[in-house]
Amino acid sequence: MGESGSAVVVRGPVPAPRRGGGWLTRDRVLGPLLLAPAVLYVFLLVGIPLLLALYLSVSSATTGSPTLQFVGLTNFLRAVNSTIFRSALTNTLIFTFVSQALVIVLSTVLALALEQRFPGRGVVRFLILLPWAAPIALGAIGWKWMFDSLYSVVNWMLRAVHILSPTQFPQWLGVPSLAMAAIIIVHVWRMLPFSAVVILAGLTSIPQEILDAAAVDGAGYVQRLFHVILPMLSPIALIAILFGTVFTFTDMGVVYILTSGGPFNSTHVLASWAFQVGIIAGDLAQGAAVALFLLPVLLAGAVLMLKLAGAAETGV
Amino acid sequence: MAQVLSVPVRSLGASRLVGRILLAITVAWFVFFEAFPFAWMAITAFKQNSDLYNIKHNPFLFNDPPTLEHMQLLFQGTLFPRWLANTGLVATLVVLITLVTAVPAGYSLARLTGGWGRRVGIGLFLTYLVPPSLLFIPLSRLVAILHLQDRLWSLVLVYPSFTIPFCTWLLMGFFKSIPPDLEEAAMVDGCTRLGALRHVVLPVSVAGLLTVVIFAFTLSIQEFVYALTFISPSAQKTVSVGVPTDLIRGDVYYWGSLMGGALVASIPVAILYSLFMDRFIAGLTAGALK
Repeated sequence: MGESGSAVVVRGPVPAPRRGGGWLTRDRVLGPLLLAPAVLYVFLLVGIPLLLALYLSVSSATTGSPTLQFVGLTNFLRAVNSTIFRSALTNTLIFTFVSQALVIVLSTVLALALEQRFPGRGVVRFLILLPWAAPIALGAIGWKWMFDSLYSVVNWMLRAVHILSPTQFPQWLGVPSLAMAAIIIVHVWRMLPFSAVVILAGLTSIPQEILDAAAVDGAGYVQRLFHVILPMLSPIALIAILFGTVFTFTDMGVVYILTSGGPFNSTHVLASWAFQVGIIAGDLAQGAAVALFLLPVLLAGAVLMLKLAGAAETGV
Repeated sequence: MAQVLSVPVRSLGASRLVGRILLAITVAWFVFFEAFPFAWMAITAFKQNSDLYNIKHNPFLFNDPPTLEHMQLLFQGTLFPRWLANTGLVATLVVLITLVTAVPAGYSLARLTGGWGRRVGIGLFLTYLVPPSLLFIPLSRLVAILHLQDRLWSLVLVYPSFTIPFCTWLLMGFFKSIPPDLEEAAMVDGCTRLGALRHVVLPVSVAGLLTVVIFAFTLSIQEFVYALTFISPSAQKTVSVGVPTDLIRGDVYYWGSLMGGALVASIPVAILYSLFMDRFIAGLTAGALK
C-alpha cells in the first residue's frame, strides 16, 4: 500500500496515464484481445458442442457411421416412445425433487448448527465437507460397498438397533424401490455440505443489528428464526437450490456407479440413459436426443440466475 | 422477591442447556452421516479378507489383526500409481491452460471492458451451468475427429472448458477489489498496461491466483463423466475412473483395495478443497448477490 501512496503524489500534474506505443496497447483494443482466448476456448468447447448436440439429435449418426443425415424429429419420437426413457425421465425428476427438498431442509438445520460456537468446529466443518470435496465417483463406490448384498454395514447397523431382524438382508441395490432410495440418500449426502456452506454464508451476512433489534423487541430465538432469519435467507437459499438442482438433475456418476441403471433399467436417469444409448451402444444421434431433454431445466436455471443477477445489479 | 426471580433465571439456564444438548446431537448426527463412509473406507482398507467377508463378525472391530495387504496390492499389483500420475499430469496442464486464459480475461473484464464486458462475464459464468452430461456425446465426436480417444490429451483439451468460465469469474472479482490507482501509478511511471498487470497487479493477487489454481486442480481430479467417456484403456485412466471401474475382475470386487484407493485419492483433494471452500462459495454467490 506504501507504493500507492507515493505514486499518487507523483501523478499530481499528469492529466492521464501515458499510453505508450501503438494501437496494440490501447485499452479498447487490449480489452477484447485479453478476453478473446478464454471466450474462444469456451465457445469452441461448450458453444459448438452444444450446437453439434442439436445437430446430432436430428441426424442418424452412430459411432460406426458418423455421417450427419437429417432425419427430423425421429430420434425424439423414438425416445419418448421408449419405456426406459420415460422411466429415466420420471426418475430424474423424482431424484432431483426429493433429494433437493431434503437437502434444503437439512442444510438449513446444519447451517444453523454450524453458525453456533462450539469446540472442535473446524474439525466438524472439515468432516462434514468431505462428501462434497472428495471426488463423487470415489464417494459413490464407498456407498456401493456399504450397500453390499451380503456385507452391508448399513444393514448390520439396522440389525444391531433391531430395526431389522437378524435374518433380514435387504438388497439395497437389487430391488428397484430400495435402489432409488439408495440413490437419493447418496445425492443428499453429496449435496448437503455444499448447500449448508452456501446457506451458512447467507446466515453470517445477516446484519447483527437486525437480530439485536428483534431481540430487543422481545422476539425469542424461534420467533427470530421464522420471522427474521429464514425470510432473509431465501435469496441465498435459492442459489443453493438452483445449483443443487442443476447438479443433481444432470448427474450420472452416482447412478452409474451404484446401479448402472439396474435392476432391469429401473433406476436410469436421463444422463445415464444417454450414456448407455449414445456411448455404450454407440447410437450418437439417439443419445444426443435423450441428453437434450436436460436442456429445459438448464435454461430455466440460467434465466433464474440472470434474474437474480439483475436484481443484485439494481440493488433490489 | 429473590424466590420469584430465581424461577425464570433457572429455567433460562435449563433451556440453554437443552439448546446445547440439541446442538451437540444435531452436529453429531450430521458428522456421522457425512463422514461415516470415509471412516468405513479406512476400516475396510486395513482389514483381512477373512475378517471382511464373515457375516458373523462385528464389522467395526478388527477381529483379525489389521493388514497392509490391500494397500500393497493397490500400489504394487494395480495401475493405481499410474492413475495418480495420469491425474496429476492432466490436472497440472489444465491449471496452466486455465491460468494463461483466465488471468487476462478476468483482468480485461475487471478493468478494460465496460458494460458489454459485464454481459460477457455473466455469459461466461452461465456456461458453468452447462453440464458434462449434455456435452459428452458431441465432445466424443470432436475427440474422435482430433484422434484423441483413449489419450489423456482429450481431457487436457476438454477440462478447461469448465475451469475457465468459473476461474475467469473469480479472478474478475479479485482484480476489481484491487484499487486501480496502483496500476495507474505504474503506468504514469512508464509501464504499459500489461507491464502494470505483471508487475503490480499479479503480485498483490497471489491469494486469488492460488484459489484459481486449487479450484482448477481439484475440479480436474473430481471429474468423472468425460474421463469415463473418452478413455477406455486401463493405463490411461484417471484415478476417479480407474478406482471404481478397474479394481473389479469380472464380478469380483477387491473391496479392501477399492476402499484404500478411494480414501488415498479423496483425502488430499478434500483437504485442498476445504481450505478454499469459502472463496469458491463467495465466487458462486457473487454471481447473483452482491
